[in-house]
Amino acid sequence: MASSSKRDDLSGVTIYEALKERGFSRRDFLSFCTLITATLALPSTFVSKVAEALERRKKPVLVWLEFQDCAGNTEALLRASKPTVGEIVLDILSVEYHETIMAAAGHQAEKSLMDVVKNQKGRYIAVVEGSVPMGDGGVYCCVGGRAAKETVKEVCGNAMATLAVGTCAAYGGLPAASPNPTGAVGVTQAVPGVPVVNLPGCPVNVENITATVVHFLTFGSLPPLDSRGRPLFAYGKRIHDNCERRAHFDAGQFVRQWGDEGHRKGWCLYEMGCKGPETFKNCPTVKYNEGTSWPVQAGHGCIGCAEPAFWDRMAPFYRRLPQPPGFGVESTADKVGAGLAAVTGAALVAHGIGRILSGGKKKEEERR
Amino acid sequence: MSAVENALGITIPDNARIIRNLITGIQYVQDHVIHFYHLHALDWVDIVSALGADPAKTASLAQSISDWPKSSAAYFRGVKEKLKAFVESGQLGPFSNAYWGHPAYKLPPEANLMAVAHYLEALDWQRDVIKIQALLGAKNPHAQTYLVGGMAVPVDPNSQNALNAGGIAFISGLARKAHEFVEKVYIPDLLAVASFYKEWAGLGGGVGNFLAYGVFPNDNISNTDNLWLPRGIILDRDLSRVHPVDHTKITEYVTHSWYEYPDGDDRARHPWDGVTDYKYTGPKPPYDFLDTEGKYSWLKAPRYEDRPMEVGPLARMLVAYASGHKRVREVVNHVLKTLGVGPEALFSTLGRVAARGIETLVTAEMLPVWLDELAANMKRGDLRVHNGERWDPATWPKEAQGYGWHEAPRGALGHWVKIRNGKIVNYQCVVPSTWNGSPRDAKGRRGPYESALLGTPVANPEQPVEILRTVHSFDPCMACAVHVVDPEGREVTRIKVV
Repeated sequence: MASSSKRDDLSGVTIYEALKERGFSRRDFLSFCTLITATLALPSTFVSKVAEALERRKKPVLVWLEFQDCAGNTEALLRASKPTVGEIVLDILSVEYHETIMAAAGHQAEKSLMDVVKNQKGRYIAVVEGSVPMGDGGVYCCVGGRAAKETVKEVCGNAMATLAVGTCAAYGGLPAASPNPTGAVGVTQAVPGVPVVNLPGCPVNVENITATVVHFLTFGSLPPLDSRGRPLFAYGKRIHDNCERRAHFDAGQFVRQWGDEGHRKGWCLYEMGCKGPETFKNCPTVKYNEGTSWPVQAGHGCIGCAEPAFWDRMAPFYRRLPQPPGFGVESTADKVGAGLAAVTGAALVAHGIGRILSGGKKKEEERR
Repeated sequence: MSAVENALGITIPDNARIIRNLITGIQYVQDHVIHFYHLHALDWVDIVSALGADPAKTASLAQSISDWPKSSAAYFRGVKEKLKAFVESGQLGPFSNAYWGHPAYKLPPEANLMAVAHYLEALDWQRDVIKIQALLGAKNPHAQTYLVGGMAVPVDPNSQNALNAGGIAFISGLARKAHEFVEKVYIPDLLAVASFYKEWAGLGGGVGNFLAYGVFPNDNISNTDNLWLPRGIILDRDLSRVHPVDHTKITEYVTHSWYEYPDGDDRARHPWDGVTDYKYTGPKPPYDFLDTEGKYSWLKAPRYEDRPMEVGPLARMLVAYASGHKRVREVVNHVLKTLGVGPEALFSTLGRVAARGIETLVTAEMLPVWLDELAANMKRGDLRVHNGERWDPATWPKEAQGYGWHEAPRGALGHWVKIRNGKIVNYQCVVPSTWNGSPRDAKGRRGPYESALLGTPVANPEQPVEILRTVHSFDPCMACAVHVVDPEGREVTRIKVV
């Protein structure tokens, strides 16, 4: 139990208190902390540190912006289970702006956003869903007559940190696919130099959002990122290396036709075009919808949706990858990616920011 | 995908059709409930007023309309206390800056408290029941098991890596849970709320023409007209006739849209010949106004035989009702009788909200029926999920064209494709929100949203909750802007409907 003297701010309700009011027992709370610790790939000794942080912290203010998006990541947020969306939106965070779920509209809605930018400068978390069109003065996405590229600059530029959720916000996604008529880019390219954590995926695994937020609250810093701005705890390994069907790949047992014996028996989908060997994400462990399933489990190959420029690089989805990947799990995103496409300037920028946010060179060296 | 199947003449296996019906079915049920409670209810329900509710009276109200077990005074007291603590914390989050206390809110505090409780319950419920789609589609949202020619979900009672008896039981349990909530919470709430807002049965009617492609095929032929919810068109609110749908009569204008056609913007084009050459002519952002005399929208203006058409649950239910669909007629008549109104009340904002609820109930009832069909096939040893005859593009004709029809939760969705030498040369989507949110066409005819807002009384132009009610009733898939202008033409307020 947190004593009030340990709180950061006496005026507000802490996250633990808010959860208690909603009927969380101490046991529920600790099991939530354990889950978050596990998702973050931290040793179990960190559970108490996570718990302490949540007992002490006031609910952080969060604003959620939608630009060139389909609200798929908002839908993913609604499916959150541990904690539930109700707990996230009402207890753990104070979500002051979210076009899809907020009750207010029009001037009043925009006022909520501007109030946060003004009154909580440097203290709020911004979440961006959807890409930002930079072409032709930003006319391809305006909210309330204002170009998305201006809004994202102001809101993310004044935030404590920004999460780019889903592949569109992280790398431009579908709107940025060739020929990219609107000049769509991800947040890092739209607002160079601000701290951004990319959580790509179509949609994002909502557990990875929660874990990133809690990491931030617990350790006061963003989690270590890879060269593409993705947290290592969720994007540190290839799908192929964690895949439940890996044994069938190693044994040479492949699905050859949809619905054939191998398909029914859960053999490897490599021959059907699976992009697991080139995709870095924790799908095989966190899955989707409270661990119900994920593409490979359901019977369809990975399409590489968490990788930059995936519509252009990963298509055709059903053509087998040209080189059978090696057996090692030691490959990094950089090594695999280098064989796929030239490293863009944006990725290099992201790399630099990732290093600063994860504690600079020193921490990165420790990891090696 | 259906468009490509149509172009290449592919018939999908029975199991693929049933799995698609189950995925679409649970999507309707879950999506409609989310729309009602989480995207639309707060236009009718005043959260702050719920703080003044008497929990015991709330329990009596809840028990009088349903035998849903979570209805005790203690339960509602708990909800009220949580709400109170939340409001007193000063961090109102997504509920801040709304129109609480507006005179257009008519529910007594007890009905408001009941609705708030069910808002929270529905949040948990939707997460659970949509796992049907996660199991059959790999994830929700964005199912990833659809293939041209079938589904990538293997079925096999003798495999632990395919849909087996365990999977069927999992779906069955969730389908029961889905139906129970709709029957015992959503429908009673809908009727209770509607009874306080009957004047909305006379407002927000719109264009009066309705288009439904129909959905839930009973056989496997591409674009079959053997559908559980029928295809058809209703014109000028005349429920005595259902007209057939002919895809060649569908065209799109860009007269008021930021696109240009090679032969001029006043002529409409069929989607096979559709052109999407964008040309923005609006003001430079930031701006306050769009000039509606010129081009003012990114949406094209779809028309059927040159008429604007409303699509969505109301269109589907009206076409089914007028076609004599037995179950739809029963439920529609029950709802009309309970509210004491006639069928003409359906052509309204309230009718749109009611139709969505009616469709949710009848669809939830069908989930176990489709699941039984799938299990019966598996029992017979029919394990086919995909027709691979045309999987290899080398088997395709040099040229092909096709169209595919579907009913998304928010309305009629059509895709048109032209294929040459194994590649797509034109692909056009005519989606529900372009039908409903359509700008005006070359002859100045308004689309459904614009028409529906004509004549809406607005008590306080600074807080136009009445506008939100009608626009939200369509379940728009976007944020759109509505400007309220006073009789002298001055802008009074501008609201973004999200």
